[in-house]
Amino acid sequence: MKKTYKIEVDCANCADKMECAAAKVAGVESVTVNFMTQKMIVSFKDGSEPSDVMKEVVKACKKVEDDCEIYL
Amino acid sequence: MTKKQKKMLIRILVSGALLIVLHFLPEDFPHLEGVAEDSVLQRLPRMLLYLIPYGMIGYDILRKAFKGILNRQMFDENFLMAVATVGALVIGLLKTGDFDEAVAVMLFYQIGELFQSYAVGKSRKNISELMDIRPDFARVESENGQEEVDPEEVPVGSVIVVRPGERIPLDGVVEEGDSSLNTSALTGESVPRDVHPGDEVVSGCVNMNGLLRIRTTKEFGESTVSKILELVENASSLKSRSENFISRFARIYTPAVVFGALALAVLPPVIRSLFLGLSPEWSDWIYRALTFLVISCPCALVISIPLTFFAGIGGAGKAGILVKGSVWLEKLSQTGTVVFDKTGTLTMGQFEVTAVHHSPLSEEELLEFAALAESSSSHPIAVSIRNACKTPPDLSRIGKVEEISGSGVIVQIGGRQVAAGNAKLMAKLGVPFMECHQTGTIVHMAIDGVYAGHIVISDREKPEAKEAIAALKDAGIRRTVMLTGDRDAVAKEVAEDLGLDQVYSDLLPEDKVALLEELLKSKHPNEVLAFVGDGINDAPVLTRADLGIAMGAMGSDAAIEAADIVLMDDNPLKIAKAIRISRKCMRIVRQNIIFALAVKAVCLILGALGIANMWLAVFADVGVMILAVLNAIRALFTKEV
Repeated sequence: MKKTYKIEVDCANCADKMECAAAKVAGVESVTVNFMTQKMIVSFKDGSEPSDVMKEVVKACKKVEDDCEIYL
Repeated sequence: MTKKQKKMLIRILVSGALLIVLHFLPEDFPHLEGVAEDSVLQRLPRMLLYLIPYGMIGYDILRKAFKGILNRQMFDENFLMAVATVGALVIGLLKTGDFDEAVAVMLFYQIGELFQSYAVGKSRKNISELMDIRPDFARVESENGQEEVDPEEVPVGSVIVVRPGERIPLDGVVEEGDSSLNTSALTGESVPRDVHPGDEVVSGCVNMNGLLRIRTTKEFGESTVSKILELVENASSLKSRSENFISRFARIYTPAVVFGALALAVLPPVIRSLFLGLSPEWSDWIYRALTFLVISCPCALVISIPLTFFAGIGGAGKAGILVKGSVWLEKLSQTGTVVFDKTGTLTMGQFEVTAVHHSPLSEEELLEFAALAESSSSHPIAVSIRNACKTPPDLSRIGKVEEISGSGVIVQIGGRQVAAGNAKLMAKLGVPFMECHQTGTIVHMAIDGVYAGHIVISDREKPEAKEAIAALKDAGIRRTVMLTGDRDAVAKEVAEDLGLDQVYSDLLPEDKVALLEELLKSKHPNEVLAFVGDGINDAPVLTRADLGIAMGAMGSDAAIEAADIVLMDDNPLKIAKAIRISRKCMRIVRQNIIFALAVKAVCLILGALGIANMWLAVFADVGVMILAVLNAIRALFTKEV
C-alpha cells in the first residue's frame, strides 16, 4: 500500500536525512521524500498498519531533523 | 515571505548592524585596568559583547546542534556550524582577539539559509501556480435555476453552464452555445480552439467569449484536469540518477570532510612537535580544521539538483509537455533513437481528399456526385468525401442505391447512373479506368458507364511533421524510425517525404512490440530509445520503450497512464522541444554539480594550506549555493528553448 503525506522541512539535505531515517523503520517497504513538493510517499509492507508505522516514522524523522513536520 | 523568514531577516539585519558597530569599536575597548595586556582576561569583556549578536543570530543553530548531539546526529550541519563558530570564538579568546569571524560565519550561513528557503519557496509557488488548473466550482443547471457546487459532486450527465472567462470544470459535450476556448493552460499553445454544439470539450480550458451549456461525460476524478493534476503532483517523485548520485555523495562527503578536519587539527601539530622539532602551532591548525567544517555543509549541492529538475518539469509543463518524473527528463536528454507511430502522430489520422484526377467534370461537380453516392455510408472514406464537398449536396436527388460489397456503390442520381468504388467495380462495369500514381485510397467514378476520373483520399501529414523530423535531427537524434499498420507504398512515401531513416509497414499491433524489442537490442546501450504514439492502441509499445511519449493527450486517459512524457497537444514539433528542454535542464544540473564541487575542492585545498580563512569558506558555501539556486531557476524558462 502506498500513501502520500504532506510534510514540512526546511532544507534539502534534511529531507534526504528524513528519507534515510524513515526507510529504516520496520513496516516501511520504501519511501521517497520529495523536498520540492514537500511530500513523503511511503509504501508499506504487506500486513503492517500504516498509522502505527507512521508513528515510528515521525519519531525517526524527528530524531534526525528536529524541525520537520509530517502531517498524518 | 513567510513569518518565519521575516523573523529571520530581522535577526540578520539587527545582528549584522551590531557586528558592524562592534567591529569599528577601538581595539582596546573595553579596556580593563590592572589586567595584563594580551591576556585571556583582557579579551573576555570584548568577547562577551560579541556574544550578543552571536547569540541573536545563532541561538537556533546552537539549540539544534545540542539536540543533534543528544540524538547522535554528529554530521548535522547545525552541529558543524556550531563547532566551527564556537571554535573560532575560543581561538579568538585564547589567542587572536578576533571575534568578527565567528559571528560573520554564523551570519552568512543564516543569510544563505534564508535565501535558499525564499528562493525555493518562490519557485515552488511559481511552478504550482503554473499548473493551477483546478476549477473552483461547477455551475450546475437544474429545475430551480443554476447552482454553484464543488466539481467533485457533479454526476455524469449533468448539464453545467460555463460563462465567458470561466474554466471548464469537467469533461463533456457542448449542448448549446458557440465559443472559443483558451487551451494554453493545458497545451502551452495560445491559439484558441473554436467549439460548437456537439463538440467534446476538455476540463481545464478557459471559455473565452460565449456562454456554453455542457453535458458532462466524466466525473471530476476521471476528468482530464484531475488526471493532469495527479500526474503533476506526483512528478519528480521518481528520482533521476543525478539526484541519487548527489544524495549518496552528500552522505559520504560530510563525514569525510569532518574526519579530514579532525586529521588536520591533530596530525600536523603532532608531527611538527614530535618529528620536526618545531612548535606545534595548535591554534593555527585547529583554525584550518574549523575552516574545513564550514565548507563541509553539502546543502548547495543537495538543493540545486532537485530544484533544477523541478524547475525543468515546471518549465516543460508550461510548454504543454508533462513529464512524470525527473528520471524521465534525464532519459529524454539521452535520446538517440525516436520511433514514431504513423497514424495520429506524424499524420492527422483523418482521411482527406487530396486530389481529383482525369475528370471531364469540374472538381466540385465530381465531388458532389461522389458525396451523393456515398451519402448513406459512415465509412471514414465516405465521410472524407462528404467533408470535401463545399456545398452540402441535395440529397433528394438520390434514387436507387445498390451497394456492391467490397467494391463500391452504384446510385441513381437525377436520372444518371453514378458508380463510385475501387478498380474491381470499374472492371465489373467494363469501364476502362486510369491507374493512379499517387498513394492513398483511390475512388474511381463512372457516370452513365463513362469513366469520370478518380478521387485520391489519403491521411494527410501533419503540417509540422517534416519540420519536426528536421528539428530532431538538429537536436542530434541519430535515428528516426516509423512503424505503421498501413500499406508499404503509403508508408514509404510518407517516410521519404518526412525524411525518416527507417520505416516498417504492414504491422499488426503485436508486431509493433516485437519490432520494438529488436530496435531496443540494436541500439547503443547508453542511448535511450523513445517511442512516440498517440496512445490509442499503442499502450503496450509505449510501456515497453525506454521512454514512452504520448501525443494529443487532451482527453485520452490511456495515454496519460501508459506514457512517461505526455504532450498535451498533437504537434510533433513538441518532441524536439521537449528534448531541448531536457538537455538544457541536464546542462544546468551538470554545471551545478561541477561548479559546486570545484569551488568546494579549491576551498578545501586553500583551507588546508592555510590560505583560505573562514570568511572565504563561508562565502564559498553561501555564494555557491546562491549561484547554484539562481542557475537552477533558469530551467524554468523554456520559451526560447
